[in-house]
Amino acid sequence: MSKEIIKIEDLKREFVMGTETVHALRGISFTINEGEFVTIMGSSGSGKSTMLNILGCLDQPTSGLYEIDGVKVKDLNRNELAAIRNEKIGFIFQSYNLLARTSAIENVELPLLYNSKVSTEERRKRAIKALEMVGLGDRLHHTPSQLSGGQQQRVAIARSLVNNPVMILADEATGNLDTRTSYEIMSLFQELNKQGITITFVTHEPDIATFSSRTIILKDGHIVKDYLNDDIQSASKELAKLPKEDN
Amino acid sequence: MRVFNLVKISYKAIVLNKMRTLLTMLGIIIGVASVIAMLAIGEGSKESIRATISSMGSNMITIRPGSDVRGGVRQDPSAMETLTFSDYEAIKEQADLLTYITPLVDGRGQVISGSNNWPSSIYGVNPDYLNIKVVGLQSGSMFTDAEVKSAAKVALIGQTVVDNVFPDIEDPVGQMIRFNNIPFKVIGVLEVKGENTFGQDQDDIVIAPYTTVQKRILAISHLNQIIASSVSEEDAPEAVIQVSEILRTQHKISDSDEEDFNVRSMEELISTFSSTSEMLTILLVAVASISLLIGGIGIMNIMYVSVKERTKEIGLRMAVGGRGADILMQFLIEAIMISITGGVLGVILGLSATVFIEEFLNWPTSVALYSIIISFAVCAITGIFFGWYPARKASALDPITALRYE
Repeated sequence: MSKEIIKIEDLKREFVMGTETVHALRGISFTINEGEFVTIMGSSGSGKSTMLNILGCLDQPTSGLYEIDGVKVKDLNRNELAAIRNEKIGFIFQSYNLLARTSAIENVELPLLYNSKVSTEERRKRAIKALEMVGLGDRLHHTPSQLSGGQQQRVAIARSLVNNPVMILADEATGNLDTRTSYEIMSLFQELNKQGITITFVTHEPDIATFSSRTIILKDGHIVKDYLNDDIQSASKELAKLPKEDN
Repeated sequence: MRVFNLVKISYKAIVLNKMRTLLTMLGIIIGVASVIAMLAIGEGSKESIRATISSMGSNMITIRPGSDVRGGVRQDPSAMETLTFSDYEAIKEQADLLTYITPLVDGRGQVISGSNNWPSSIYGVNPDYLNIKVVGLQSGSMFTDAEVKSAAKVALIGQTVVDNVFPDIEDPVGQMIRFNNIPFKVIGVLEVKGENTFGQDQDDIVIAPYTTVQKRILAISHLNQIIASSVSEEDAPEAVIQVSEILRTQHKISDSDEEDFNVRSMEELISTFSSTSEMLTILLVAVASISLLIGGIGIMNIMYVSVKERTKEIGLRMAVGGRGADILMQFLIEAIMISITGGVLGVILGLSATVFIEEFLNWPTSVALYSIIISFAVCAITGIFFGWYPARKASALDPITALRYE
C-alpha cells in the first residue's frame, strides 16, 4: 500500500454570517495516496472551494482531522501554515497568477525565495529543470505578456513543481483555456502523474474528470460519490482527435 | 538569506515601477534638499555674523568707569576719573582668565603732516592692544614696553589716516606727523579693517603709547578704559565676574553698593545677533520639515495604492509560502529603499543648491554635517513610519480573499 498523502476524517467547516451559520462542509472523510490523480467535482455551492482552501492550508477546518504528509494541520498558526504551503503543496490557479513583467524563470523561482534552505544557484537550477519539465526550456526569460494562455499556465505548473511538493493542487486550472489548450495541459498533468506526482484537481467540468484516476463528487457539503475511474482517457489521444485548427 | 531575498523582491518592484517610484521620491528629495539648503543658509549667516564680531575681538572685555551721583546729579560716565592705573595693575595681577590687557586713553585731534591734515582719534595703549583687537600690521612694527615706559613719541596709523595725510607716500613708516602739535614718529601702519558692524571706520585711528597720550596730549593721570581679552570666548562671562570682583575690592565698594564701573564682554552682542539668525534657521527648518513630512505622506499614499494594486500578488506570495512577516518586510523594505534613495538624491540636490546659492546669489552658506545626518535619519524614519501601516495592512490580508481579489 502506498503512502497516505492526505488523510481527512469527519471534516467540518462552518462560516458565521451575521446571525446565520453556513455549513460549507458537513463531515467529510477521504484519503489520497501517493501517485493518485484525483478530481474533486461539484457545482457551485457544493463546498468545493472551501475544500480546496482547506486542502491548500489557506483555511482551517472547524472540526475534524486533516493530515497532509503526516502533519496535523489543525491548530497550526499562520506562519506554520505558510511553511506547509511552501514545502508540501504546489498551487495552480485558474487565472495563472503569474507576476506581471517578471520573467518565467523568476516566476518559477518565487516559492523558493521563501525557503531559506535553498541557495541562489540551487534555486535557478531547479527553476530551469521545472520549466524544462513543462516544455518551456526555451522560454526562460519571456514575461507573461509574451506568452500564450497555455504557456502561462505551463509556467504556473512549473512554479508548482519547483518546491518538490507532495501534492499539486489545481483550482480550475483549465477554466480559462480553450478545449485544445486545456487538453494539452491535461496531457501534461497526466505525464507528470505518470512520473509519480500526486495531483488533486478541483473542477466543475465533467470531461476533465475522465482524465483522472479517481473522482470525488461533492454536493451540499457531503461526498455523494467517490469512485475510481477504470476507463482513464488519454488527453493526448483526445487532443489528436480534435479537428485540426483552421489556419 | 531570507532578508536578502526580500530586498531583491522589493528592488524588483521598485525597478518595475520606475516612474511612480521617482515621483514618490520627489517629495523626499525636495524635502531633504530643502532641509540641507535651509540649514546651510542659516548656519552660513550665523557664521558670517560670528566672523564679523570675531574680527572686532570676540573675547574682548571692556572696562569703563560707571556713572556716579555727585550731590544729587548723575554724572556722565566718560567724565569720571575713577579708573586708575592701579586698577589696571590689580586686574593684570589677579585676573587669571585674561590673556591680554591694556589701559586705554583716547582723545580727538588733528593729524598734520606737511600741508595735509585730517581729524582723527588717538588711542593711548600698550602693545597688547593689537592682540586684543585682533589687528595686524601692514608695515613697520609695534612700539615696545620700553617705549611705553619712556613715553616715546611714536605712533601707528590706520589706512584712512595714511590716505588723507600721506596721499603721495607709499609707506609712511619713518615719517613724522603732528597730533595736536605734538610730533610723533610713524613706526607702523595698521592692517585695513574696514567699517565695523555699526558703520564706524576702524581705520581712522592713531595709536600711541598710553603714557605719551596721557602726559603729552590729554594731560590726565586716570584711564578712560581698560580693555582685555579673556582666555576664550566661552570664558568671557566668567572673566567679567572676576574683573568686577577685583574692581569692587580696589574701589572698596561694599556688597550693597552700586558699582562705579562697567564691565562688558562681546557676549551680549554675539547672542543678540545669533538669536536673530537662530530664529531664521528655526523658521527655515520648520518650512523644510513640513515638505519632508509631505514627502513622507506621499510615500504612504503610494504604498497604499501599491498594496491595493498588488493584492492578488500578495495572495499568491502567501499561497506559495510567504509568511505575514515576509510580506510586511517586503513592503517595508520597499518604502525604506524609496525614502533612502530619495534621501541620497536629496542630499546631492541640497549640496548642489547650496553651491549654487553661494556662487550665484553670494549668500554665505555653511553645510553642517549634522544637517545631512539628521535629514538622512529623518528620511529612514519617514520610510519606516509611513511604510509600516500599508505594509502591516498587506501582511494582515487573508490569502483566500487576496487571491480572489479582482
